[in-house]
Amino acid sequence: MIWCELPGHWLGNAALTSYGCRMISGLGITLQLVAISVSLGLVFGVLLAFARLSPIRPLAVAANGYMTFFRGTPILCQLFLVYYGAGQFRPFLDSVGLWGLFREAYFCAAFTFTLNTAAYQAEIFRGAIASVPRGQIEAGRSLGLHPPAIFLRIVLPQAAMIALRPLGNEVVIMVKSSAVASLVTLYDLMGTTRLAFARSFDLSVYLFAAALYLMIVETIRRVWDVVERRLTRHLQT
Amino acid sequence: MKRITSAVLALATVFGLGGAATAQQKDWKTVRIGTEGAYPPFNNLNAKGELDGFEIDYANALCDKMQIKCTWVAQDWDGIIPALLAGKYDIIVAGMNATDERKKRVDFTAVYTRTPISFIAAKNAGTDISPAALKGKSVGTQGSTIHANYLEKYYKDSSIKLYPSQEEANLDMANGRLDYVIADKLALEDFIAGKGKDCCKFIADIKRDPAIHGPGVGMAVRKDDTALRDMFSKAIEDSIKDGTHKKVADKWFKISILD
Repeated sequence: MIWCELPGHWLGNAALTSYGCRMISGLGITLQLVAISVSLGLVFGVLLAFARLSPIRPLAVAANGYMTFFRGTPILCQLFLVYYGAGQFRPFLDSVGLWGLFREAYFCAAFTFTLNTAAYQAEIFRGAIASVPRGQIEAGRSLGLHPPAIFLRIVLPQAAMIALRPLGNEVVIMVKSSAVASLVTLYDLMGTTRLAFARSFDLSVYLFAAALYLMIVETIRRVWDVVERRLTRHLQT
Repeated sequence: MKRITSAVLALATVFGLGGAATAQQKDWKTVRIGTEGAYPPFNNLNAKGELDGFEIDYANALCDKMQIKCTWVAQDWDGIIPALLAGKYDIIVAGMNATDERKKRVDFTAVYTRTPISFIAAKNAGTDISPAALKGKSVGTQGSTIHANYLEKYYKDSSIKLYPSQEEANLDMANGRLDYVIADKLALEDFIAGKGKDCCKFIADIKRDPAIHGPGVGMAVRKDDTALRDMFSKAIEDSIKDGTHKKVADKWFKISILD
């Protein structure tokens, strides 16, 4: 017996025993998708936040438009737009050599999730940076610090503290939203669970999947507590 | 602790006993029929948002014969059996093959269609559909179907893609994301004659595997509703004998749907 069959075995649940391993491998896909999209989204999101706060007006407007679109439309709609939309534009994608990527559901999902989470993360960073009092920046200037030094040593540490909680929420939301990947043929945790349910009609596989999602989310929450304690250690007594 | 126990009990009630609430036999004067509405020409939502298709016409004809009132409910395929068990409707008429796997949960009436199952592929594809020939190819079909089970059993080395509805699989075939699609031949015919005209063609029919495909398509009812099952079984058998079945089928299909 393989380890991933054990939960089903202990619970005496035939569906879980048969599909436990596939659900665990689905969990792996879910974690991969979230890790890829959240980390690429972080990079892209920081750039977007800068663009949004930039004094160059067209850049700020473009960033704002992007963020409004991705925060204002359902992620499922965005995924279908990318996945089925890519199919409609196949001749064009072929000609620029990108069809090979967009042919894969995995790429489409990772791509959409990255674009989506980048918009949310940009909004978090923008808010956090804007919330650092102007007096702090002026104080830095009166000390004769260069703008990059002011940003890195004064604004960023304070903004990071403020951004941390909402960023944690965003990761949690991404874990749950990633379930829509199952609708474009990916066997993520939700996809494998649907498959298990379709074959067994046993609702307890959904309970097991819910428990797995909960476990990831709880782990993230605990990691975030540790990071927060570390970032705010100067505020603790 | 007590609170946890009662929460667990409440969950068990919801999940375990939900279907048993309608146990007592009743007199079937009105019947709610569940269908998918995304499997033309068997059942489909037309441009006006109304259900039409062979199964809609056929079940309505049976209801008229039995002099009962039938209403229709459209339900996504993935949840079509759970919704029956939860009492959202009383009978499923949605091209559902009477497989052993499903018989563990629901009862089936007499068979009313049995049609060939085929592979389609791009115009330049070969005619070999052996598992060896399709190794590494992407093969798509609708999830939770006999076709999905068939692929899982015989085409383990292919990349199997399962879609919420057959129409989405067909779309991905036309887009070139899939190498092959498998489904009921008659459901694919619409696609090959229409949107898939330029991309795709029929490759070959498969040999039915009784263990997976069952005896054919029946209507599914909750296991308690034996009276309803027998009523529809009789109506189906009568309709085959008296020509009603053929009359409705001829409106929708050029070939026999009950071989």
